[in-house]
Amino acid sequence: MNLAVSLGGLELKNPIMPASGCFGFGKEFSQFYDLNTLGAIAIKAATGEARYGNTTPRVAETSSGMLNAIGLQNPGVDGIIEHELPFLENYETPIIANIAGSTLEEYVHVAEKMAKEQVIKALELNISCPNVKEGGVQFGTDPQLAYEVTSAVKSVSSKPVFVKLSPNVTNVIQIAEAVENAGADGLAMINTLTGMRLDLHSRQPVIANQTGGLSGPAIKPIAIRMIHEVRKQTNLPIIGMGGISSAEDVIEFLLAGADAVAVGTANFKDPFICQKLINELPNTLGNYQFNSIQEVRESRCHNPSISL
Amino acid sequence: MIQEQMTVIKNRLIALDTFEMVLTSETIPQRANSGQFIHVEIGEGNEHMLRRPISIADLDEEKGLITIIYKVMGEGTKWLSKREEFNVVNVLGPLGNGFDLDHHVGDNILIVGGGVGVPPLYHVTKRLSQHNNVTAVLGFQSKEFVFYEQQFSQYATTYIATDDGSYGHSGIVTDVINQFDEPFTTFYACGPNGMLKAVQNQLTHLEGYLSLEERMGCGIGACFACVCEYRSKKGYVKICQDGPVLKASEVLL
Repeated sequence: MNLAVSLGGLELKNPIMPASGCFGFGKEFSQFYDLNTLGAIAIKAATGEARYGNTTPRVAETSSGMLNAIGLQNPGVDGIIEHELPFLENYETPIIANIAGSTLEEYVHVAEKMAKEQVIKALELNISCPNVKEGGVQFGTDPQLAYEVTSAVKSVSSKPVFVKLSPNVTNVIQIAEAVENAGADGLAMINTLTGMRLDLHSRQPVIANQTGGLSGPAIKPIAIRMIHEVRKQTNLPIIGMGGISSAEDVIEFLLAGADAVAVGTANFKDPFICQKLINELPNTLGNYQFNSIQEVRESRCHNPSISL
Repeated sequence: MIQEQMTVIKNRLIALDTFEMVLTSETIPQRANSGQFIHVEIGEGNEHMLRRPISIADLDEEKGLITIIYKVMGEGTKWLSKREEFNVVNVLGPLGNGFDLDHHVGDNILIVGGGVGVPPLYHVTKRLSQHNNVTAVLGFQSKEFVFYEQQFSQYATTYIATDDGSYGHSGIVTDVINQFDEPFTTFYACGPNGMLKAVQNQLTHLEGYLSLEERMGCGIGACFACVCEYRSKKGYVKICQDGPVLKASEVLL
């Protein structure tokens, strides 16, 4: 079965990609399988300068999910270009660079540099990281700021720009509309939800940052609902994510309105998960009487229960 | 690293909340180094999304077995403690960098373990004892938590300390170390960060190695969850990938 999808100027051989932050820069997972089998790879967030992240503990398990507060640790855009991208040049899989920052200028600076790299085929504008004190999520929760940063990044990028939306808002449609008006080529949704866990012995938060981003199957229904809401309002391509761990989940996201999906937390439980989903997708589609990805997308248009 | 389905041969309580599990493994006994760890998948379905990193306590190349020792701390280790003979667990490993021990011959080596930090030091002690003189100081909260005293005694002069004095020396491992006047060549330590810090401060004159514990995500170096600060390198090193064994003089605890 042909699994190829077209995504705002990007041609993917299948709709499955690892999500930013859960796959490093690919090297570690290349020990498990050939990265060429992936639809795309969203690499870890880049900021203007190297960041050292939050103090530990940075992760904690929760029921069917996990909290993380890494704090955007990364070697900085120049470090990534110099030390991480050369390895990815060995692959034909499109690489999506996740762009983060504290200020509009930083976003523009990082985006401009990344967009010039040949190996980078699209940008994912991270205006939704809940784990850093400055920058990130305030751009994703205020429609005006979301518009401004998207517009500024669009003006320096020749590559498609996907804006990664935060679920920590009351009205996600408003943000989606703002970034569409600013020229976004697509959306990526959802980032993690702000959560917290306390330890009864110490009576303190389990995570040093106190709060962390909740991910994993626990948040899947929220992701499905938000994608479904936004799909009614826009024709922009959507990379759907939030707790995907099976081929059925992939179809559910496509049915809700996504055009491709990203797999995050599940990579930690099963490092082979992306490859497994790609292998299982044709049969699973068949089990639900779909002959192609396109048929799933069309059926959501004609299904009165999921009307657009 | 390899993903392997391992069969439980034994899973028994050896001290309060502490279990010893023996697993069959086709690949790890031949490939693993002392101090490396395995990343164990927990539960069925999606209830548990994170694996649990557990250090390797012993390896049996001939029989193709590995031993892990873990303490029941939460839901994940509780699930593990309920595995029975012939149950299968999914394991990634061996992961991380272990102890570099081959260069030691005729050395006087100090082993310092605390609580669930004791297990990886068992294989270290066993190996070092072949060509060296080994002294092991093992600290536990109290008598009911003590394990592997006899096993260590086969290979090392072993001292047990308990925080509450209910067994062995009363006090912490550094109290015991203070009483030694033999000149040690090096030390290898694993335990809670508080203990490691005390040992690090006490033994600044020796070049030793610490094995660190931290909550982990992927266990393979991709997620940046388990990091620790390093003196010579601005920022952090990854415990799962660069460690868990790190130079004592470099780690900022």
